[in-house]
Amino acid sequence: MARPPFLTPREHAVVAAACDRLIPPEENSPGAAAAGAADYIDGLLGAFLVDPPRVWAGGPFSGRGGGEASFHRFLPLSPLEELAWRTRIEGSRGRPEREWNGPVVGLQERYREGLAALGDDFAGMAAEEQDRRLDGAGDFARLLYQHACEATYGAPEYGGNRDLAGWRAIDFPGDVLPRGWTDAEVRDP
Amino acid sequence: MPPVTPDADADAVVVGSGPGGATAADVLTAAGWDVVVLEKGPNRLLELEAPYALKGDLSNDEIKLWFRWFLGPDPLLEPRTYRRTEADGDHLLVGEVNNLPSGVGGGAIHADAKMPRFREDDFRPLSRWGPMEGAALADWPVGYDELEAYYAEAEVLVGVEGEVGANPYASWRSSPFPMPPGPDMYGAVVSAAAAERLGYHPYRAPTAINTVAYDGRPACTNCGFCGGYGCPIGAKGDPLGPLRRALGTGRCHLRPRSTVTEIVLDGTGRRARGVRYLDEAGVLHEVTARHVVLAGGAFETPRLLLRNGLANSSGLVGRNLTFHFQTFVAGGFPFRLHPHRGRVVTHLHDDLLVPTEADLSAARAAGLPWIRGGVVEHGAGPGPVMEALAYPPGPVHNQLMRESVARDRLWVFTMQGEDMPQPTNRVDLDPVVRDVHGLPAGRVTYQPHGHETFASAHWAPALESVLREAGATWTDVSTSPPPDPARAGPLGVAPVSRHVMGTCRMGVDPATSVVDPLGRFHDVENMVCADSSVFVTSTGYNPTLTIVALALRACRHLVGDPLPPTGPAGGLSPGAGPGSSRR
Repeated sequence: MARPPFLTPREHAVVAAACDRLIPPEENSPGAAAAGAADYIDGLLGAFLVDPPRVWAGGPFSGRGGGEASFHRFLPLSPLEELAWRTRIEGSRGRPEREWNGPVVGLQERYREGLAALGDDFAGMAAEEQDRRLDGAGDFARLLYQHACEATYGAPEYGGNRDLAGWRAIDFPGDVLPRGWTDAEVRDP
Repeated sequence: MPPVTPDADADAVVVGSGPGGATAADVLTAAGWDVVVLEKGPNRLLELEAPYALKGDLSNDEIKLWFRWFLGPDPLLEPRTYRRTEADGDHLLVGEVNNLPSGVGGGAIHADAKMPRFREDDFRPLSRWGPMEGAALADWPVGYDELEAYYAEAEVLVGVEGEVGANPYASWRSSPFPMPPGPDMYGAVVSAAAAERLGYHPYRAPTAINTVAYDGRPACTNCGFCGGYGCPIGAKGDPLGPLRRALGTGRCHLRPRSTVTEIVLDGTGRRARGVRYLDEAGVLHEVTARHVVLAGGAFETPRLLLRNGLANSSGLVGRNLTFHFQTFVAGGFPFRLHPHRGRVVTHLHDDLLVPTEADLSAARAAGLPWIRGGVVEHGAGPGPVMEALAYPPGPVHNQLMRESVARDRLWVFTMQGEDMPQPTNRVDLDPVVRDVHGLPAGRVTYQPHGHETFASAHWAPALESVLREAGATWTDVSTSPPPDPARAGPLGVAPVSRHVMGTCRMGVDPATSVVDPLGRFHDVENMVCADSSVFVTSTGYNPTLTIVALALRACRHLVGDPLPPTGPAGGLSPGAGPGSSRR
């Protein structure tokens, strides 16, 4: 991907391997890693390494259903929106302006710690060992699963759902504006 | 106290730009008033210069709309808190509670825009059905016959599609719907046919979505992303139509990202002089105005009043908070329903709002004097990310996603159950949690009355039967809030209903109500409420059209131009009543 990464190459590999245990590759299903889950997560954790930050894709159309493509033009954030998203991603880090309700642990820290707990060697482990470590990862495994699902079945402009592999696997047509569906397509079996 | 920057001097300042605030701006500017509209959230909707084009920021993007709070409120910036009762301590949950969008257009943006009218009985629950122990039931100080003219005008102003005569329970009408109904979703054809076979009376949902070009906006193209999304092509009329008209007069000054902190009174203490608001840079401004219209919704309006210690001689500000007690009855089908094509919900049935003798007997056996359910929406399930999260990770995930047990083969009845008003259910100020401006967060204290939980349990099996009749091979029932927070499902602990009502109820007596029958605050002469705070009861219908109708009525009276009374038009007589009894 063109943007600078937040994850180290080793962390990236651990994320990909872990996500592939949660949404595994098999015939007719790409698996989360091939769908781009690690890039999706890296894009979120490193959202502020690019400008505008990779938080909200643009609108109104992706181009997949006609019209001019605009999802790839991410929207600028207002100062308060930037404060919220930096706090969410980077954590409050003891800065008073981010702690109006007390300290916030950011996604970056949760990933750094969660990935360290899975182990640097995670990607090279046997599947059974990977599952054992994920079973012990608690909240972090749930966070990974949420992001793996967003990556695999969300809009591809965020770095996942590569080549629409996630949507193709489930026969989901995705966003279809402005073309939409005809009245007959809506009614018909 | 920071310095105050004088801002505008207006005929009216409107706090909030959702269905109520947009309607107020429309009516007041049409009467020649200068109006400042202050909206605490961002503007995702339309350009503020002629010709008020769509901004183009809305999109059919599940990540942005469902997982990244694009329509807000962001739970970090504007947390809300929830507890069931005081026994839960300060709060059980901090973050996202009944998160109606915060932004230009308010809650109307995200909705799938169902716009049923209430019926005659809905305005007189106490006299029609009788008291309910533990519930602060009261008749509304306005009835259907008086409101009909405003319902008719509201349907034209926001553009409602619908079909006269299709709902046998509907009250009389003075005029037809301004647009014909749109295409029936396939799943709704299947579920509505089954409902009919079992003696129910499904009908095409009155919906503020264009089925033809209307009011300078295009017809809907059935993209399938409706509930939870703003419309990227502007086919939803509310509140885009009213805001464009108001802005087009040149007399509406709409300020997004402007958070009202204070209602400023004059020396008498009984009149508002204006309001103060913070812009995003933290600069405090003051707008002076002859009239103040509160339209921040039934959560933010009482929060503002309670922070100001204002308009609360009754002690009822924030109290009698109602949602709809939502019962979700899902059915799994052996065939695909393509729920991603169409307007998410195209059919409703009202039968469960009109209890049969058997329903009433069951209620009495359970110690309740009566029960009412709610409108039943025949609707599509979630998008694929939300679907995926409903499945466990691991090898079974792919199989479930390919079969699409919880999306493409799923159909869901949502019953918007009537929620009894209870003084203990309320919005107040959290003692600890603050928003980003340092203002106390609003807190919901809510637990359902036994009426709601009994009604839900009573009717859910009947709804499961309809889905099985339609061909479902399995059914599943859940409610929000859940019976036991320790076993809350993906919907969480707090009520997810975005229908928030009743926190400044209207009435004749200042001792038992917050606003008068025209929405004027008893305690502040020149201040009006134009949102669902004024609802006396929740009924079992989606609230938006009634918000618009009441706002029209309040503001038309304010400018001295009330609508003349209406009567039933020929051929539009009341629904004939249900023709057959249901099994």
